[in-house]
Amino acid sequence: MPQDLPAGPKSTTAKYWRKPLDADTVKVPHGELHIVVNRCKGCLFCVEYCPREVLEMSQDFNVKGYHYPEVSKDDACVNCGLCEMLCPEFAIFCVLEEEGGGGEA
Amino acid sequence: MTKEATLEPELSHPMEELLRMDRIPHIWCPTCGLGTVVTAFASAIQKLEIGLDDIAVVSGIGCTGRVAGYVKIDSFHTTHGRAIPFATGLHLANPKLKTVVISGDGDLISIGGNHFIHAARRNIDLTVICVNNFIYAMTGGQVAPTTPLTANASTMPYGNFEQPFSIPYLADSCGAVYVARWSALHVRRLVTAIAEAIAKPGFSVVEVISPCSTLYSRRNRLGTGLDLMRFYHDNCEIKHGADTRELEIKFQEKITVGKFIDRDRPTFVQSMNNWYGKVFGDEYEPYEGAVE
Ligand SMILES: Cc1ncc(C[n+]2csc(CCOP(=O)(O)OP(=O)(O)O)c2C)c(N)n1
Ligand code: SF4
Ligand code: SF4
Ligand code: SF4
Ligand SMILES: [Mg+2]
Repeated sequence: MPQDLPAGPKSTTAKYWRKPLDADTVKVPHGELHIVVNRCKGCLFCVEYCPREVLEMSQDFNVKGYHYPEVSKDDACVNCGLCEMLCPEFAIFCVLEEEGGGGEA
Repeated sequence: MTKEATLEPELSHPMEELLRMDRIPHIWCPTCGLGTVVTAFASAIQKLEIGLDDIAVVSGIGCTGRVAGYVKIDSFHTTHGRAIPFATGLHLANPKLKTVVISGDGDLISIGGNHFIHAARRNIDLTVICVNNFIYAMTGGQVAPTTPLTANASTMPYGNFEQPFSIPYLADSCGAVYVARWSALHVRRLVTAIAEAIAKPGFSVVEVISPCSTLYSRRNRLGTGLDLMRFYHDNCEIKHGADTRELEIKFQEKITVGKFIDRDRPTFVQSMNNWYGKVFGDEYEPYEGAVE
């Protein structure tokens, strides 16, 4: 699994692939994260409160000089939206990965 | 090392349709909770599916008061302490409009305290979101009527010795019909509370405990806003229907949160219509607003 997702100043759009786990019965929603890197002020709310510990802070700085979140765990986001709700800068959001949008990894 | 490119995702952030993006980034400090409160408010509007022309926001002065300038709906940034009287006029001219006051503890409870108690007494149909950061933040950290005993403020350099108000107790005793308190960390519950408060006819109050990292937290050596969020996480106790006399916030002690009051009482306009209907009978045409 690629650990190094598109980092740096780009908005990191992480792509998640749906795994066929209990596919018929249990639907685990998967989220696709969008991070507006240069809007972030590095508060860490998203990193701290993500229930799946999906995020970690970058080594790099954004244009404002803050570290910003990056996806550290592939496939782990469950689209709960908590990072999006807590972010005081409107800098991170999550969209539901389309059913069958990715296929298998 | 700063990298240069500034790429935006192909999709825009869901909040963008509700914000004046030309003013973003906002002025609030890193780890301030105010941006989170804006998201909670905007999410409540989305949840209620209110048309953006059917709601207005009124703020007073302060860091919190800046909310009026960031939301992309009709809004007014009044003078200090006067958000409620302005909102009262707006509401009475057009009672169908959902009128929401978003302002700080200093603005609403100190200089605006008189308006707060009378709007609650008269049960004016407003929703008040009072962001309580325990301090006058914008002006440099002066003591507020909500500063906990012993907490440090720039005008209480040896610690506060004035007994603070408890906002839910004040709101309850003055007659508010809906009273809740949440922290900025309880963001989902906050969305529900704001939505309930907006939907409720009458004077509704949602107190939001929110981190002021730059003044309250730094003066009191409490760390960043994240440390305050951690404090709320560990020390907020949910107690719906709690007796509002028991909601005092003591310095760095447990904070009771929840929905405390949800009761029915005729609003100002309903009371007026009921009364004049009785006095004047059929001659009286019930008031429904002066604006088409
Ligand atoms: C009539 C008047 N008096 C005083 C002030 C200075 N003033 C501006 S904001 C503020 C306090 C704001 O405190 P609060 O409402 O708690 O907002 P916060 O900044 O904490 O969000 C004061 C005293 C003013 N603008 N106008
Ligand atoms: S949506 Fe939920 S699971 Fe996904 S990164 Fe955000 S907080 Fe974590
Ligand atoms: S919550 Fe927002 S501002 Fe804070 S670190 Fe995450 S993306 Fe950045
Ligand atoms: S001074 Fe305090 S309340 Fe004002 S923006 Fe900064 S952290 Fe927020
Ligand atoms: Mg304040």
